[in-house]
Amino acid sequence: MPSYLRPTSLPEAVAALAQGSLTVLAGGTDYYPSRVGKPLTDDILDISAIAGLRGIRDDGAHWRIGATTSWSELIAAELPPLFDGLKLAAREIGGVQIQNAGTIAGNLCNASPAADGVPALLALDARVEIADIAGSASLALDEFILGNRRTVLRPDQLLSAILIPKPAHPARSHFAKLGARKYLVVSIVMAAATLELESGRVCAARVALGAASEMAQRLPLLEAALIGRRCAAQLGEHAKAEHLAALTPIDDVRASREYRLDAGLVLVRRVLNELGARA
Amino acid sequence: MNRPRTQSGAQTICFVVNGQAREFSGNPAKRLADVLRDDLGLTGTKIGCNAGDCGACTVLIDGRQVCSCLTAVAQADGREVTTVEGLAAGGRLSGLQRAFQKHGAAQCGICTPGMLVAAADLLARNRRPSAAEVKDALGGVLCRCTGYQKIIEAVLDAATAQLPPPPAAGAAIGARAPKVDGVAKLTGEERYGADGIPAGALWLRVARSPYHHASFELGDLAAYAAARPGMERVLSARDVPSNGFGIYPHIKDQPVLADGVVRFRGEAVLALVGTRAAIEAVDEAELPIRYTPLPPVMGIAAAAAPGAPLVQADKAGNLLLDGWVRKGDAAAAFAHCAAVAEATFETGFVEHAYIEPEAGWAERLGDRLEVHVTTQTPYMDRDEMALVMKLAREQIRIVPTACGGGFGGKLDLSVQPLIGVAAWLLGKPVACIYTRPESMASSTKRHPSQIRIKSGCDASGRLVAIETVADFDTGAYASWGPTVATRVPIHASGPYCVPHVTARGRAFFTHCHPSGAFRGFGVPQGAIAHEAMMDELADKLGMDRLAFRRLNALKAGDATATGQVLAHSAGLPQCLDALKPHWDKALAACTAYNKTSAYKRRGAGIGCMWYGIGNTALSNPSTMRIGLSAKGELTLYNGAVDIGQGSNTIMTQIAADALGLPMGEFRIVMGDTDLTADAGKTSASRQTFVSGKAVELAARDLRRKLLQLLEAAPDALLSLEGSLIKATDAQGEHQYDLAWLAPRQGVDVLRGEGSFDPPTSPQDADGQGVPYATYAFAAQLALVEVDCELGTVKVLEIVAAHDVGKAINPIQVEGQIHGGTMQGLGLALMEEYLPGRTENLHDYLIPTIGDIPEMKCILIEDAEPLGPSGAKGVGEPGLIPTAPAILGAINHATGVRMRQVPVLPHRLRAALKLMETR
Ligand SMILES: Cc1cc2nc3c(=O)[nH]c(=O)nc-3n(C[C@H](O)[C@H](O)[C@H](O)COP(=O)(O)OP(=O)(O)OC[C@H]3O[C@@H](n4cnc5c(N)ncnc54)[C@H](O)[C@@H]3O)c2cc1C
Ligand code: FES
Ligand code: FES
Repeated sequence: MPSYLRPTSLPEAVAALAQGSLTVLAGGTDYYPSRVGKPLTDDILDISAIAGLRGIRDDGAHWRIGATTSWSELIAAELPPLFDGLKLAAREIGGVQIQNAGTIAGNLCNASPAADGVPALLALDARVEIADIAGSASLALDEFILGNRRTVLRPDQLLSAILIPKPAHPARSHFAKLGARKYLVVSIVMAAATLELESGRVCAARVALGAASEMAQRLPLLEAALIGRRCAAQLGEHAKAEHLAALTPIDDVRASREYRLDAGLVLVRRVLNELGARA
Repeated sequence: MNRPRTQSGAQTICFVVNGQAREFSGNPAKRLADVLRDDLGLTGTKIGCNAGDCGACTVLIDGRQVCSCLTAVAQADGREVTTVEGLAAGGRLSGLQRAFQKHGAAQCGICTPGMLVAAADLLARNRRPSAAEVKDALGGVLCRCTGYQKIIEAVLDAATAQLPPPPAAGAAIGARAPKVDGVAKLTGEERYGADGIPAGALWLRVARSPYHHASFELGDLAAYAAARPGMERVLSARDVPSNGFGIYPHIKDQPVLADGVVRFRGEAVLALVGTRAAIEAVDEAELPIRYTPLPPVMGIAAAAAPGAPLVQADKAGNLLLDGWVRKGDAAAAFAHCAAVAEATFETGFVEHAYIEPEAGWAERLGDRLEVHVTTQTPYMDRDEMALVMKLAREQIRIVPTACGGGFGGKLDLSVQPLIGVAAWLLGKPVACIYTRPESMASSTKRHPSQIRIKSGCDASGRLVAIETVADFDTGAYASWGPTVATRVPIHASGPYCVPHVTARGRAFFTHCHPSGAFRGFGVPQGAIAHEAMMDELADKLGMDRLAFRRLNALKAGDATATGQVLAHSAGLPQCLDALKPHWDKALAACTAYNKTSAYKRRGAGIGCMWYGIGNTALSNPSTMRIGLSAKGELTLYNGAVDIGQGSNTIMTQIAADALGLPMGEFRIVMGDTDLTADAGKTSASRQTFVSGKAVELAARDLRRKLLQLLEAAPDALLSLEGSLIKATDAQGEHQYDLAWLAPRQGVDVLRGEGSFDPPTSPQDADGQGVPYATYAFAAQLALVEVDCELGTVKVLEIVAAHDVGKAINPIQVEGQIHGGTMQGLGLALMEEYLPGRTENLHDYLIPTIGDIPEMKCILIEDAEPLGPSGAKGVGEPGLIPTAPAILGAINHATGVRMRQVPVLPHRLRAALKLMETR
């Protein structure tokens, strides 16, 4: 029988990882679906009993979201409007069962191109904290994910937390997902944006589009084009097809490449319009 | 508690399940769902996918819903788990369960545990939720039967629901009676194919082809088995006594286990039999099979191409069947038409997606074989099994378990011959449960179609001629392909009076899973084509689309395309009249909305259908029996399998009124081939009409015998008090003690029997004849909203008017319409099965609770004199008009006519862009 470790502290967990090849299990909502009809032979490190990895707190310079915080816990947490987009993403993950079990770090470590958490967190300039037996370090989310189901994480490392820097100016965010049905649906494409405002004008913008490349991408050209714009319900009109030129979407069972770009632009515009209208 | 949390191997997990402390020792990574079912015996929790996609396994952990198939049992350590079995406190149904029973919120019941548990989570936090909150809470549980509407109604009513009193004797027909077998589906007691497997059973796992087409050689099977502890035997084609099965008596073309060549991805090659641990440990990469992939024939065009490689060597041109209906001279008549429309339509494979995968077990008892299985057709199973096993029919007993959804997909053999052969050879019970990907890869699908159609009318709008060729992809083996290819031409001109019709239906073999029976047998595909024609012709003449259909609607006295004059019960005109006010309102609402809307546009569409009940121009009998024991127990020996559509309840309602006793007196034996008579299969919307009639006759027969015994008048009122049967008539009370009678058949002292075979006549070479004794009719209205920038479609409202002859049980009729409608919505907007690419329920999408429109049912009762109390069928009709109505509405909203379904967002967006550039 394979081994199953369920430590209650992070040091125990990273010590175990350092000793041998273990598969990390958090909420299991990506792990089990990949093993339908297959024997459960992996040696498991279950991180769900580590209290220190759970929950959201204000750490001064940034917000700290513990790795095993579930989507439901995020939705229920009292957080500033900066998090509106991430919460919307959370509500769009699977159904309530999945939100109750699935963790935010699991979504990032699984690194699916359609992971809804990724664009929402990119738009928050999120960093991830990586822990191993030597200690911990943080890096930017877009450096953490390398591509489709690939991250920089080594087998002896854990993602311990997600860090959201506090913006310099009042900020809010928004998120929109497009799927072929309601609930339980893999995104065809999804968009997230955060705007920081100063006297009615955009002073910083972070916009990301998901499922339109191997991993969700920020749209730096668009972000630049938004700076200094007056916030209004037509803000989205500044988004142009050429801002999406660097994306490399695929054709698959859900949609065509061309459509992903097309619909991606529409979603980005709507997200910006919504933020513009609310400001 | 200070249990070590960092140890290896087997561990003991302690948790509280439904208020009781329980323990599990074993692999801590084992799925909680498996622990509940296999180790704790709580089979109320269902497994539909093991991937989080269906929600059937939903349980509460510390009061919050999770998928138990995604939860390591270790994560339940020290926590409280609530399953469906824990909802009825002290054996009394909870308010929520009562509401489900009252509203008919459970059909097959396989999703019900998950629905109830998810709803219990919501209600514990929010006693009076809104409909939107109910949808959010239940969004993770799929239901393929109900269309969700009655589930929402039930959850909203949970705080107050009380069950209605049972209908009095003589008042059962037409009553909104709760399901007679409903409670077991709400408490988790119901036993489906995977729920009653005996503890000592061996397990069977099928090795399936990863290729669409390949030849293969087998290695040393005995050595393979010998090298694996617990592996008892590996079966191949050589072990199957007669290795061919199929629906038609003269086409037994599908092997139980492939013999040297595989013709579709997912075809069974080997059956591995052993302990559960042994078959679960199988590494597919080590299987002793060497494949040589061969080029596959994929799609109708490739199969029909001249010189195409043959899928089955003896089927020239890859043609299974070429069916015709010819009336008048369509080709010549087009010359005289004022308006002509013409187009080609395309549909793809559609998966039944019943939430219960195929499952069952078989056991050899002396020289007999018993097969317990989820099925729609025990008697066909019995006969097929006898053929495959080379045994006499009498040696086979099929005992249907509860069926967790069928929709036509459980009319073909699945696990039956595999577990049958294994149990026979090994002398031990053998069980098999398909995984979801295996179920999807190997089971039948709706036939993909390519339909060319041309239609014309005169200047007044009267249809003159329709000409159509419908080509179908029937996959690698015949299955129900002949049924589709003959049924479609008959229905191809729609529910309209058309003097000149030429309709052809062809089915081609390809290297895909067999296409089989799926709610409507090809008629839904045909309806997409003929309904688009109605819209286009009406538009050309500037006529209202509903008025155009009303003008042409078949009515009593009209002749169909096969020359059958409809004597009675042709209620399409009434259906359309009932829709008219809704139609006018919808059109006005669309105009108003579209005036101010920027990128969203609304449209209304209408779809009509007709559907011949029962087999096409073939004998289609049913026999029913009702017995009365010396103790006064009344038993309905019901060979018709209830697959969730509610035939157990319908049969009881009909029997109760025909006999004159209340429904509550009846006990049901369902489908067991040793105990019931052959009632035919549960398909073609036939059970209410055909078996319902048989049950009515059986009940009358028993009543006649009882009245004779009691010497009472024909209109006497009967009652049963223990073994005393009493009758009251003008003369007063008569009574008889049944205990005086000696049992004649089993425990029964008296039996009534009834048989019915609907009158049909064979079709001639031009397809002329009386293929069906009666037809159902319907018209549906769809109101949709199209997001023109994204190409997405939201169906806002469906109004469904159905002529059902007589609604024996209106709740169930509505349930069939809701469920059918949602399958039609799926066909129109999201469902497309691509072999090898969508073998799970997240790449293959069916509608969720969030996709449902407002659904309103209007029941038209144009009595069918042949049917029980005037009833005909409604099982399939709910689905057929929906996609045409939605497609018409999209066209009304945007101006584009989508000729391919599903209308995925990218397809609609591309069509809108094309239109914009023109
Ligand atoms: C039905 C269904 C619907 C879904 N819908 C959506 C959706 O709409 N949008 C979406 O984005 N996702 C969706 N998902 C995917 C999944 O629920 C999310 O990605 C979830 O956040 C994963 O978290 P988890 O804790 O369950 O991951 P797990 O399955 O426990 O782990 C996922 C992977 O990450 C690794 N891992 C997890 N945590 C860590 C860590 N802290 N450090 C290192 N490695 C780690 C694991 O080893 C594993 O490889 C859905 C899943 C299902 C089953
Ligand atoms: S069985 Fe768990 S979600 Fe389907
Ligand atoms: S009743 Fe919901 S799946 Fe059958």
